[in-house]
Amino acid sequence: MSGPGVFRAAVWVVQRDLRLATRRPAQVLQPLAFFAVVTLLFPLGYTPELAKLRAIAPGVLWVAALLASMLALESLFREDADDGTLEQFVVSGQPLTILLLAKTATHWLLTGLPLTLMAPLVGGALGVPFAALGGILSSLVLGTISLSLIGAVGAGLTLASRRGGVLLSLLTLPLAVPVLIFGARATELAIAGDSLTAPLYLLGAVAVLGLTLAPLAAAAAVRIGLE
Amino acid sequence: MDWTWFHKFGSPPHVYRLAGLLTPWFAWPAALLILGALYGGLVLAPPDYQQGDGFRIIYVHAPSAWLAVMIYAVMATAAGVGLIWRMKVAHAVAASCAGVGAWFTVVSLLTGMLWGKPMWGTYWVWDPRLTAQLILLFLYLGFMGLRASIDDVSRADRASAVLALVGVVNLPIIRYSVEWWNSIHQAPSVMKMDRPSMPFDMLAPLLAMLLGFSLYFGAVLLIRLRAEILRRERNASWIREELT
Amino acid sequence: MSELTAENIWFYRGDYPVLRALSFALRAGECLQIRGPNGAGKTTLLRVLAGLLQAEEGVVRWRGEAIGGRESGFLASLAYLPHQPPLKAELSGAENVHFAVGLRRRCTAQQVRAALQRVGAAAFADRPVRSLSAGQRRRIAFAALHLDPARLWLLDEPTTNLDAEGQSMVSELLEQHLAGGGLSVAATHQALALSAGRLVALELSGVGE
Repeated sequence: MSGPGVFRAAVWVVQRDLRLATRRPAQVLQPLAFFAVVTLLFPLGYTPELAKLRAIAPGVLWVAALLASMLALESLFREDADDGTLEQFVVSGQPLTILLLAKTATHWLLTGLPLTLMAPLVGGALGVPFAALGGILSSLVLGTISLSLIGAVGAGLTLASRRGGVLLSLLTLPLAVPVLIFGARATELAIAGDSLTAPLYLLGAVAVLGLTLAPLAAAAAVRIGLE
Repeated sequence: MDWTWFHKFGSPPHVYRLAGLLTPWFAWPAALLILGALYGGLVLAPPDYQQGDGFRIIYVHAPSAWLAVMIYAVMATAAGVGLIWRMKVAHAVAASCAGVGAWFTVVSLLTGMLWGKPMWGTYWVWDPRLTAQLILLFLYLGFMGLRASIDDVSRADRASAVLALVGVVNLPIIRYSVEWWNSIHQAPSVMKMDRPSMPFDMLAPLLAMLLGFSLYFGAVLLIRLRAEILRRERNASWIREELT
Repeated sequence: MSELTAENIWFYRGDYPVLRALSFALRAGECLQIRGPNGAGKTTLLRVLAGLLQAEEGVVRWRGEAIGGRESGFLASLAYLPHQPPLKAELSGAENVHFAVGLRRRCTAQQVRAALQRVGAAAFADRPVRSLSAGQRRRIAFAALHLDPARLWLLDEPTTNLDAEGQSMVSELLEQHLAGGGLSVAATHQALALSAGRLVALELSGVGE
């Protein structure tokens, strides 16, 4: 059989999902707008003093990123399950783990990556010094990869259930605690101008573990969800 | 190939009867051990040189906290067995574990808070152990929530099993990250049980209580397992024979 | 020699056996037509054959080997067209075909055009699928199937929503597929216009024991 290789099939899935995203830009922009609005509420709800905001900036940035990433999860597998695309993935003969990993990568390209790129803007509004941006960006890149992977497991698991929404958050948020802790700590160190090697390594380790195991769990969950 | 058939029709009655036979062997020793440990812990053990009598809540708090974690491990193991060997009884065990585990987690949180009041002057401090227990509670709630949201028992079994396995991989990472977070923020941590100098008459009731709680868990698990099997097999003919 | 065999398949929904001791054997060039009232398990059987559901008991063999595992060898020779054509509403028909086929084989834009032409979908191939009728969507799905190299077609109600001309198009495609040594399992009430000797019937009864 002269079928396309696994890699090509994965690229194919990413291309298709990106093209779909261009057909519904509102859905892509919503989590990003959410991220911006939530972070910008803090100066209004707490204090406009940059010194005080700087102290809570790590927590605010990461909680907002976590929730924004979660918002886009609902549709990650649900639509493809409803219209039969996921079934075609399963019977395609290509490894389901890789195809789902490709979908997760698209989720990251459409939420994690833009969220990271928005961080300088949002961070500026929270009094984050310019020098800290490099560290914050690298921690967000690693952290959002893990968030997308954890989210993919949650999205797969809730396929079988009647309601996603709140349940999806209940499943994924506790699993995301380490990412939150390491990410916020990295941001804190970056703002203080210290070395953030330790939390970055930890974030990297979580991302690697997630890359290895999350697609397997997601594939198992999706197979169950499709029955 | 015949194994799935065996597990589907053969095993539940056997497990049901076995669980019924075993229950008293867990329940009675559990009752005796817990009563003895209560007496030993509340009456015989000397007061702590720093905390006075306040420390005595450790006899409920520490065993519940251990059990909460241990039950998650039992649950994930059972779920994994059920998933790999498509064994329905193993899924029933996992399903029976969740509620008990969640309650032990709640007990450990409540007793931790009660202990916190005299120690820290407030019911809640972001102590790493308490925080990790709180996250564990959410893992249990997620497991039960996922099960409850899926109508088909077999799919609920397998989906929640995947979640339990993901949780059990994640649990050490969560606990590590919380410890790490705590070591940075220097929150007070009074509940250090690992003092090397704990005298025997303090330690013995604690160990007895741990064993008692474990046996109690065993007894409750067996009872819940029987109920779970009855619920799942309610249309099977062996139940009619069993109950008449 | 039988390429696809099912031996003593049992499948349960809860306690209810949807498929009971089901067996059949299918040779190259044959089409198994599954008939039966609603709820008789036609779709369930197709999904078991596609490996989407696992039978509690029994085994499905493809060229002598059980499909139970995840061997892509079987899946690569299989195409499954569910009752609801698996199309993305936001994409055009041509894009849908392109992506669906591209997951399994390389294909050029010309091949996609030709396939759409073949199933009579060329006129609406560039409109978003959302705006198409159920019958038009089914034609798009058949264009993707036409390009698929699969030997075994699993078709769920393949002719539903199609006009007379569409139905004969499906019969032609199927005949051509079978004549080329392909196999098919189709769940449908409607008669399939295939040449003699191609059709094997399987009647599922919906009534419980």
